[in-house]
Amino acid sequence: MNDTQLVRMLALIIAQSAPLMLAVTGETITERGGVINLSLDGSMLIAAMGGFVVAYKIDLLLQAAGISGNFFPLMAGFSTAALIGMLVALLIAWGSIRLKQDQVAIGFVLTLLLADVANFLGQDYTRLPGPRVKHLPIPLLSEIPILGPMFFNHDLLIYLTFAIVGIAWFWMFRTQPGLRMRGVGERPESAFARGIGVNRVRYLYTALGGALVGISGAAYSLDIKLGWSDNHILGIGWIALAIVIFGGWRPIRGALGTILYGITKALAQKLQTTFPQVPVVLFNSLQWLLMLGVLLLVGSSGIRRLIDYAPARLQQPLAQALRVAPPQALGTAFVDD
Amino acid sequence: MRVELQEIRKIFGDVRANDGIDLTFEPGKIYGLLGENGAGKSTLMKILSGYQPPTSGQILLDGQPISFSAPDDALNAGIGMLYQSPLDFPPLQVIENHLLAYDNRLILKLEDGSEELKAYARRFGFEIDPERYVDTLTLGERQQMELLRLLALGAELLILDEPTTGISAEQKEVLFSTMRRLAHDENKTIVLVSHKLEEVQELCDQVAVLRQGKLIGTQDIPCPTSILVRMMFGEEIPRSEQPAFEEGPVVLQINDACIHTYRLAVEHIEFEVHEGEVIGFAGLEGSGQGLLLRACAGLIPLRSGEILLDGKPVKGKRSPVFWLPYLAYAVFIVRLIWLLVELILGRIRGVQLAGGIVVALLLSGAIWLVGTIIESWTSVAPYHEFYAQGGAFVPAGRLDEGLVAGLSLTEHMILAAPEHSFMVNWNAAREEIQKRINQVNVVGRPESDVAELSGGNQQRAMIALLNAPLRLIMLEHPTRGLDVTSANHIWGLFQQRRREGTAFMFISADLDELLERSDRIAVFSGGRLIQIVRASDTSVEELGYMIGGEQV
Repeated sequence: MNDTQLVRMLALIIAQSAPLMLAVTGETITERGGVINLSLDGSMLIAAMGGFVVAYKIDLLLQAAGISGNFFPLMAGFSTAALIGMLVALLIAWGSIRLKQDQVAIGFVLTLLLADVANFLGQDYTRLPGPRVKHLPIPLLSEIPILGPMFFNHDLLIYLTFAIVGIAWFWMFRTQPGLRMRGVGERPESAFARGIGVNRVRYLYTALGGALVGISGAAYSLDIKLGWSDNHILGIGWIALAIVIFGGWRPIRGALGTILYGITKALAQKLQTTFPQVPVVLFNSLQWLLMLGVLLLVGSSGIRRLIDYAPARLQQPLAQALRVAPPQALGTAFVDD
Repeated sequence: MRVELQEIRKIFGDVRANDGIDLTFEPGKIYGLLGENGAGKSTLMKILSGYQPPTSGQILLDGQPISFSAPDDALNAGIGMLYQSPLDFPPLQVIENHLLAYDNRLILKLEDGSEELKAYARRFGFEIDPERYVDTLTLGERQQMELLRLLALGAELLILDEPTTGISAEQKEVLFSTMRRLAHDENKTIVLVSHKLEEVQELCDQVAVLRQGKLIGTQDIPCPTSILVRMMFGEEIPRSEQPAFEEGPVVLQINDACIHTYRLAVEHIEFEVHEGEVIGFAGLEGSGQGLLLRACAGLIPLRSGEILLDGKPVKGKRSPVFWLPYLAYAVFIVRLIWLLVELILGRIRGVQLAGGIVVALLLSGAIWLVGTIIESWTSVAPYHEFYAQGGAFVPAGRLDEGLVAGLSLTEHMILAAPEHSFMVNWNAAREEIQKRINQVNVVGRPESDVAELSGGNQQRAMIALLNAPLRLIMLEHPTRGLDVTSANHIWGLFQQRRREGTAFMFISADLDELLERSDRIAVFSGGRLIQIVRASDTSVEELGYMIGGEQV
């Protein structure tokens, strides 16, 4: 494999990781506010189906009217998907906040239910060619050697994904509303005492995160994989949920996690063709073993003890970098009386 | 700012938590709000700080009636409350905690804010690092942090709810001198909610006493303590008599014990505890007394030396198959060497080596997993041996270590009972816990979830769960959060056990309690056992010196 091949492969990995990155960012936002949306696998499927069907239908209508171009069908498709994702997420928030039901339970049931609903409603639309997001290299930036093809030779959705990850990070750690959101996810009773409408904040960020998850689902049917098919994205939602944990509930680390996931996946494929005699299962489980290993290492007391030996100036940033803890109030309802 | 409470009533169901309370707080003064547990102090202060509305009555600020719908309303009006467990955000950094909901600017001013916070802290004599995470701070530091935030947001009247519970004596000194400065130099109003008479006497200018939801009266300080006691309880409480202790057989023997953690080293501890004896541990928090107690319970290992309970070391039992996990390592290494030899001899290729390593990993991993499971099932933890030999340990962290949040008192009883049968006898457990609830005066029913009990009642519940007879009971802060009558009652129960031969070791931050309840006091400082003194031969002042590390 020479250099250009490697760069091309990395560029492909990044492009393939982008939709997952969007889902991970969305779920990170939702969970940081204290709500756990476990329905990802189902809601991404139904958003992918809904988004595709709407885009496909509008595309047909416009073609019949003699208007060409993908812009409107795609906008309509992604908006529908965002709306579906948002509604599913809000259902979980509502079930938790108003009905006082367990978020994990609602999420599980929705996952199973929505996957079946998506299959049922979308059965007439499988494997149809539909509109697709257009490739759009950024003029000057894509000329940069190595970095250009890796990051600036994609389509608009992927650039938007990068931007969203950056904005999510900035919002969480550098702005007042983001800090309030984290406060709500960590200790709602303290947030309430400071005049923050805990449940209002939770609805807001659950909806926002859900919308991103929906768009991510549609990206699978309208961008990186053409057309809708139920087994396109089965299981991706669970992978996203796992990467949220791996990323320690931080947007940038989550994004890096998706790229790492993409790399190990590509590596597994490569290894598989190189060593055909080794069972496939082994290589497929490689990425999970790797993640498990990293998590165990980061969380181990040995690492913490090692930090104590580091120079005093480095201890704080090191400890901070290795802090992996879920938002303390994750998955619990807040009752203000 | 002058704050007046007029005819405040708060009724929960048919309980009158506050019953027509009239109080006035003038600027520049420190007020004490005194009463036993459940007298209505916390309810009244929650109303004043906007956390809950009164059933009837009103609050006047400088003569203007005002009503609060949320705590931030009260803070905007200049009333700030420091809760007993501060309402902060433990996973966030100090500066983030400070800036959260501080203003409405979009972008956080993390750096400028940190500088301001540091300068502000220095002004009040606090030392605070804005970069640290709140969950690495002590309770006292978290209090200081919250206090600074309330002051920075313009609080004119500060309510402190039992602020000295769980903080060190040093932090208490800093807190009290800051309070004096705020009131007397900066004309702020301070309200100290407490059930500790000495604290109120030490700090306050005037005290208001509540009993059963009613205001009994106000009293200027200083005044004879007996007046306050009579107001609080309606009668004078006689000091309970400490029965004379006769030296019996040795229950616990500590021989040259050393405990090392990466924070603190406790060195060369040596003493004996006899039947029916009460030993109090004095010292600043984290001076080694807690570690020693845990080591005696078998919860942390000794570096060297030994601890004998009734002549038997508290060590637990190693599993007869403790070598199983090591076998796994051995299998892996042997297989690896074998593979390498085969590779060198040219009998296998690189791919087969890789596959062989993976298979060896899986095999030894399986042995290791099964081995550790069998090992953990066949070994006995040191604490369990301690427990089986009639030892008991009541930790300070009520819901962290002592009780299981989410389980009822009856379920705790089942877990704590010395005899376990396969099927649970619910009726017997319910009867037993009801009996113990009555004995210890826990306010709660057998089916109450322990997390819903008040702090004082959780404390009582832990004591109710102690079985009888026991050889040794070890307690951390046994009466923290309890008022004088409850504390007397609990120590009364302990006296009974003493007569049956149970020995006691307890940690307390309250020097009076140590002097009153112990036969001997062991004083710790910086990991060293400074001295063991007879309680009857020492005084609060002497103890104070020794805690500071001086031999008397």
